Formats: sequence, structure tokens, C-alpha cells
Amino acid sequence: MSTLLLLTLTGFGLGAMYFLIASGLSLIYGLMGVLNFAHGAFISVGAYATWWTEAHLFSGVHSFVLRFLLAALMGLVIGAVFAALVELVLIRPLYNRHIDQVLVTVGLQLAFVALLVGIWGPDAKSFVVPPWLHETTNVAGARIPNDRWVEIATAAAVLALLQLFLRRTRYGLIIRAGVENRAMVQALGIDVRKAFTLVFAIGGVAAAVAGVLSGVYFNVVGPEQGTSLLIFAFIVVVIGGLGSIGGSAVAAMVVALTQQYTNYYASSGIGDMVVVLLLGVVLLARPRGFAGAAVGARA
Amino acid sequence: MTRRAVLGNWVVPLGVFVALAFVPKLNVTIPKLFDNSISSPGTLQLLGACLLLGALALTYDLQFGFTGLLSFGHALYIALGVYLSNIAITDWHWTFWVAILFTMGVAFVLAIVLGFVSLRVGGIAFAMVTLAFAQAGAVLALKDPHHWTHGEEGLGADYTKLPHAFVGIFNTKNLYWLALAFLAFVFFVVRWAIESSPGRVWQAIRENEQRVEVLGMRPHLFKLQSFVLSSTLAAAGGIVYMLLYSGSTLAVTAPTFTLTLLLMVVIGGAGSRWGAVLGGILYTYLNDRLVAVGSSSTVEGLPRALRTPLEQPLFLLGTIFILIVFFLPGGIAGIAARGRPSGLRRLQETIRPEPTLAAPQEDA
Repeated sequence: MSTLLLLTLTGFGLGAMYFLIASGLSLIYGLMGVLNFAHGAFISVGAYATWWTEAHLFSGVHSFVLRFLLAALMGLVIGAVFAALVELVLIRPLYNRHIDQVLVTVGLQLAFVALLVGIWGPDAKSFVVPPWLHETTNVAGARIPNDRWVEIATAAAVLALLQLFLRRTRYGLIIRAGVENRAMVQALGIDVRKAFTLVFAIGGVAAAVAGVLSGVYFNVVGPEQGTSLLIFAFIVVVIGGLGSIGGSAVAAMVVALTQQYTNYYASSGIGDMVVVLLLGVVLLARPRGFAGAAVGARA
Repeated sequence: MTRRAVLGNWVVPLGVFVALAFVPKLNVTIPKLFDNSISSPGTLQLLGACLLLGALALTYDLQFGFTGLLSFGHALYIALGVYLSNIAITDWHWTFWVAILFTMGVAFVLAIVLGFVSLRVGGIAFAMVTLAFAQAGAVLALKDPHHWTHGEEGLGADYTKLPHAFVGIFNTKNLYWLALAFLAFVFFVVRWAIESSPGRVWQAIRENEQRVEVLGMRPHLFKLQSFVLSSTLAAAGGIVYMLLYSGSTLAVTAPTFTLTLLLMVVIGGAGSRWGAVLGGILYTYLNDRLVAVGSSSTVEGLPRALRTPLEQPLFLLGTIFILIVFFLPGGIAGIAARGRPSGLRRLQETIRPEPTLAAPQEDA
């Protein structure tokens, strides 16, 4: 029982990261028809910026928790700025050339990983977090590492904020309408391009949060970490349905829990295979995902 | 066939391949470009790898450039060729030819099954699904549940089982010729395929899938053909890869490997046979040689901020790639073709002079 509880909560922690990455990917794809491969770079930006500023910029701050929070905040800001710049400089000039936009993000992702290796080396760096995060809390006999709670709470908060933003604000309305029918939004005289930069920035922040959390979860940051998380986020996006935040949230949990349970009860690595199998089954049964708009209809 | 067509279709490619076959006989050194004499094993190994990657890039171009399928999982089939042939030989002690036939059979069936499933979705979703399947393969090779692949250590081939002509440093020239023969084979197969009538449909799907559907054809089936042919050729290339490096390592299973194929094809020119081959050759060469540039004395004298990126070949190649997407759509082949009629118009011009060929008329 306690093992099951531990597995479940760990699965939720992992699912939280998948969701954070997938929500941005899904929004960007839904609005712009761009599969953003550079999302892996956004994850790394968040993780590395936090890791670096914690050690260099905020080394004078005495409180461990405050130092970490400040560094994480810097990570998010840098992640947002980086993502917005990518949209402005690399994506916008290729307007309506969807395949070329994908290619550019692929090139960026590869070049960025190479740059990280060049600057900080190929080895993973240990990620310093407040010690409380690595202590455990006893829940019904299961010793749950505290960082799991933080991951779950953060993802839940981001989900709530995103939904609030999308449902209650004017820009959220434009984005939702744009996902439904971009041509119509433009026909109504709304400059949808501002929304493009905005969703990239939002996606960048969410990915940076995922990057920081991945540092907490794995205790390290490495150049390839973003890429490997990204692949499962892709699976989540397809299963959840492209363009749907709620679908991504559900799919993230399904994928992460399936992975955790099978990796533990069957054997390590089998969970990853089962997830891919799940993807195949979903595609055969429901090519549009749980809650999706027409998958691939735009590309 | 007109005289010009004979020249372009047979004389020029054959001439190039025959000329390349004499390379191992060249006992000359080209400073800067190569460390050692051309006929030295080290250089021949590099050149063989260039030719092989040129061929693999061409197999990728068959589905990406000619059919419009953006797959992120092509590496899966290459890795299958690299690993399964080696596992059958080294772990299961099968004879070489049986192992190869078995590998090709498995690749063919796997391509049909996975192609059938992943082609249910189109465009970007197809890219993600193929990526997921490739990732499953990569995990399988890494975790190694049956102790076949030896995970991160890689699996060295049992050289006693390999044909003697492909074993040992002295025989590197044979491996070079093998890679060259494979490139020529892929080149002519791809040309035959895209000039066949299904091949015309593939290109029509790339241009406008809905129109093909309206014409009463089923794009799914045609896309599957292209996918299976491309994937099976890739697996064959994987076997050559295994021989060239006399073993299997995880590098070929990584999703990044497919992305580098994509880089090669786009740099060379998607939808162009010579372009893809040239892209593969150039990329592989630069990826190897830029390391030497990075450690050269000129670069070491530079300040750190400039030196760091220059030491990373993938950073430079990724940047070149982005610049090409922006400023040179059509890649290297695009420069050469400038001033000549575009691909689609050229296609029509080749169709029209032969009234016997009742090709579906694509209006311009």
C-alpha cells in the first residue's frame, strides 16, 4: 500500500513536469500550427539559469529558501524572455511556412544543446535546493519526498492560472478563438501576431518551471535533460489532443502514472515502452486524442 | 529517351560513382582537408562514413523531400539494421547471410506495422508519433532486457562471423567500396521509385494531398509505400553502418540522429537526390573535421566567448542549418538549380514529350 502511494505521488510529480511542458507545446501548436522543438531548449534555459544564478548572482543571500526562490524566479524570467525572442527573431519571419518553422526550432534545439555542452561540459551538474525538499513526509506509512508536493502544487497552480487567463482575460479570449479559427480572428481585425509572442512567452515560462522542477526531481541539470523530457511531452500532447490544456493535464497524469507503475511492477524501461504502446492504441482508436481538435489537419 | 536524358540519368551518375571507386588508389595527401594520405585507413573510414550517411540522407529524403512526410523516427530503422544484424551474429551465433536476411525481413514488417499506425495521423502529429516509436527503440537498446545490446557499452561485432573482406584495418578500402556500392544502389533505387507511377503520386501528395484524394486515390496507401521503401533501405544502410564501425553503439538509436539526417537533407536540398547525398557527405565530413578546427591553434588563441561555440561542430552546423532555412530554401541543390525551371515544372516538362505516358495532368 505504502509503495503504491509513493509510486502514485511520484507519478504525479513526473506528470506535473510533463503537463508544464505539454501545455505550452499544445497552446503554441493550437494557435500557430508550429511544433516547437526548441521547447527542450526552453526547459534547459530555465534549469541552467536557475542553477547558475543561484551559485553566482544570489550567492550573497543567506536564507537558503529565499536564494533558491530568487534563482528560480530569474530562471522563469530568462525563460520567458528567451522564448519571446525565439518567436520574434526566428519564428515570425517564417510566417505561414509551418515546416520551415519546425525545421528552425529543430536546428535551434540541436545548436543549443551543443552550446550548453560547450560552455558547461557534457556532464550533469548537481542542482542545489533547500534541504527540506529532500526530506520525506510520512503519509499513511509511505515516506514521500517533499519535492513531490512542490511539483504537484506548482503544476496545479499553473493549470489554474492558465485556465483563469484563457477564460477571463481578453488575450485569453483571443488565444482561445485563435486556436478554434485563426483566420476568423484576423478577419475581425485583431492582430493575432501579438498573441503569438505571448503564447511563446507563456510556453517559455511553463517550460522553465518544468526545467527548475526537473532539477529538483532529478537533483541534477544536464544538457540532454530537456530533450528526453520533451519526447514524453510530445506523447502527452498527442494523447491529450493538440490545442487542449485540459486534455494535456489528464494525459500527463495517465502517461506518468502508467510509466511509474510499469517501471516498478514490471521492469525498468518497460514503462517507457508501454507509454508508446498506449500512444499507438489511442491513435488507432481516437486519432484526435482525448480532447483534441483535428490532429495534423493544419500542417 | 533523349540523348540528354541518357546523359543525365545514367552517364553522369555512373561516371561519378566509378570515379569515386578509384579514391582508395590515390596515394596523395591533401593538407588541411585530411590529416593523412587519402588511401590511409583513417581517411578511407571517414570517406566511407560520408558516403554511407549520404545514402542514409537520401533514404530520408525519399519520405521527407519526395513524399512530404516529416518523420522524426527514421533512426529507428537504421538502428534496427545496426543492432539486429549484430545481435543475430554475435549473440545468437547465426551465420552472416541468414542474419542479414532476417534483419531485412524484420525491418520490412516493422515498417509496415508502424507505418500503418503512424500514418493514421498527418503532418506534425505524424512527426511526434514516429519520434515516440523511435524513442521506444532507443529505450529498449539502452535498458537491454535480454542482455543482447549491452546498453551503453555497445556491442562489438564477432569478427570471426563477418566476411573476411570486411574485417581489419587493412580492409578499410573494402568497407569504403561497400559504402560506395550501397550509395549507388540507393541512388538508383530511389530514382526508379520516384519515376515510377506510384512515385509520381508521392510527389503529388507532397504538393497537395487533398487533390490526390479528389482524383480517387488513397493517399494513405501511397504514403505507406514510400515509408516502407525508405525505412527498409535505411535498415540495409544500418547493416553497412554496423560493418563500417564493426559493431553497434547507442548513438544511432538517439532521436538526435534522425534530426541530423533532417539537417543533412535540408542543407543539401530536400526533394533533390544529389542534394540529399551531398548534404549527407558534407555534414559528416564537417562534423568530423570541425573538431579539428576547434582544437587548432588559431581557434585556441581566441577569447573564450568565441572559442566555445567554435569547438562544438553541432552548434556550427545547427546555425548553418537555420541560416539555410532562412536564406537558401532549396539548400545547396537550390543554388545549382537556380535559373533552371523549378521542380514541379521540370516534372511536367519530362512528362509532356512522351504522349504514351498517360500521367495525371497536374495543372500549374
